[in-house]
Amino acid sequence: MTESFVEIRGLTKTFRTRDGNVEVLKGIDLDVSRGDIFGVIGFSGAGKSTLLRCLNRLENPDAGSVVVGGVDIARLGKKRLREERRKIGIIFQQFNLFDSGTVFDNVAFPLEIAGAPRKEIKEKVESILDLVELTDKSRCHPAQLSGGQKQRVGIARALANEPELLLSDEATSALDPQTTYSILELLKEINRRLGLTVVLVTHELDVVKCACRHMAVIEDGRIVEKGEVRSVFSNPKSATARQFIRISEEFVRDFAVQGGESI
Amino acid sequence: MNLSKNNLGEVLASSAGQEVWSYIWPALGTTLYMLALTTLITFVLGLGLGIVLAVTGKDGIRPLPVFNAVLGTIVNVLRSFPSMILIILLLPLSRLVLHKTYGANACILALVGSCMPMLGRLVEGSLSEVVKGKVEAAKAMGTGNWNIVRKVLLPEALPSLVRSFTVTVIAILGTTALAGSFGAGGLGDVAVRFGYNRFRTDILIPTVLVLIILVQGIQALGDAIARGISRRRYLV
Repeated sequence: MTESFVEIRGLTKTFRTRDGNVEVLKGIDLDVSRGDIFGVIGFSGAGKSTLLRCLNRLENPDAGSVVVGGVDIARLGKKRLREERRKIGIIFQQFNLFDSGTVFDNVAFPLEIAGAPRKEIKEKVESILDLVELTDKSRCHPAQLSGGQKQRVGIARALANEPELLLSDEATSALDPQTTYSILELLKEINRRLGLTVVLVTHELDVVKCACRHMAVIEDGRIVEKGEVRSVFSNPKSATARQFIRISEEFVRDFAVQGGESI
Repeated sequence: MNLSKNNLGEVLASSAGQEVWSYIWPALGTTLYMLALTTLITFVLGLGLGIVLAVTGKDGIRPLPVFNAVLGTIVNVLRSFPSMILIILLLPLSRLVLHKTYGANACILALVGSCMPMLGRLVEGSLSEVVKGKVEAAKAMGTGNWNIVRKVLLPEALPSLVRSFTVTVIAILGTTALAGSFGAGGLGDVAVRFGYNRFRTDILIPTVLVLIILVQGIQALGDAIARGISRRRYLV
């Protein structure tokens, strides 16, 4: 194993709701090595999004440590947290672009916040838009774009500050299979070209299969299995992993049979 | 001239006459003056109040439950007063500040006091409607609270804010008419003094007509601006 870039130890998180307390994360230990594409897969409510959101403290952990690049995110004061957050990009299922600005404005946003000079912002935004192949959409507003294009803007915005870590919160779940594939290819390319570490959470096995080198399976707030994607697929140890693989296979089979019948 | 003594034709003819409009024109000027000044002050204070309410609210970016509850209660108390009572209550304040309890300027304080809490609540509503995910995205990029307000909440809520402002300007216009009865002058004053007290239906009709045109105009302008912004963002 190469150097760990993300080190999570004993992470717990409980949400207080109207119907009492819900323990979403029950002591997570996880390591992601630098330059890896790491997939966390789980069913709805397993805690995968919360886990991811603890990495940039959109959720405050109750206990445990979340070390990213040697810095314990869980223990930072406000100002330091803002600085560290600039080194961690995130993309969302619902894109969360700003409708008030153009594609250019959206990608420029994190740079403006970081106080970059105007000229540098322009150069950087242009080069990133080139990377995600949206140069011609620079003056468009998000509402004019397709889902896939919106997510490309989301990725561009997340990359603007040259982060070392990119988080993906179900980023392809609102996209059709073809677009999902192209977005995953883009993430892989970025990972290769910029050497940045990617942690993605998903409920789709194919996403992990297509994009990730290592994976973890999360079930009811606990990591029940982790390892190389290939080895988990060929030899799943946990019931959840087996269930995911079975569902995926059944879906492919049923889909093929149905497709055959309809012809 | 009124309908119990004269027929409709005569009343309308008088309505269009010079005498009637010699009352209405100056009153319109006073009303527009009060409207403009009150709107300006209410905008600034109401926007500030709304931002503070939204930011410190339960789902805000800087929740301050106790502060928010206290401020919310003050706003609610101010809003529970009928405008008329609030105007009467605020007149001593005008005396303190302006040494005067009559005239348009004296009433502006009362008008602001009456309309600002409403705008505050409307702005709070507009800002809370901004999708939480956008705020989270900004937070995740290391954005501080002030920049979230300035660069995310306000721009994203802009069409909705324009609609809130429009509602408020019309409410201010309505309240200026009311304030007319307390020495502020303006169209409300003319409508009550001549139209109502002196049975001058020929003055009442054009006064109300002018008010209707004003309201229609403000609403149309507000709608056009809000739509224009949304259209430029390709949201409609």
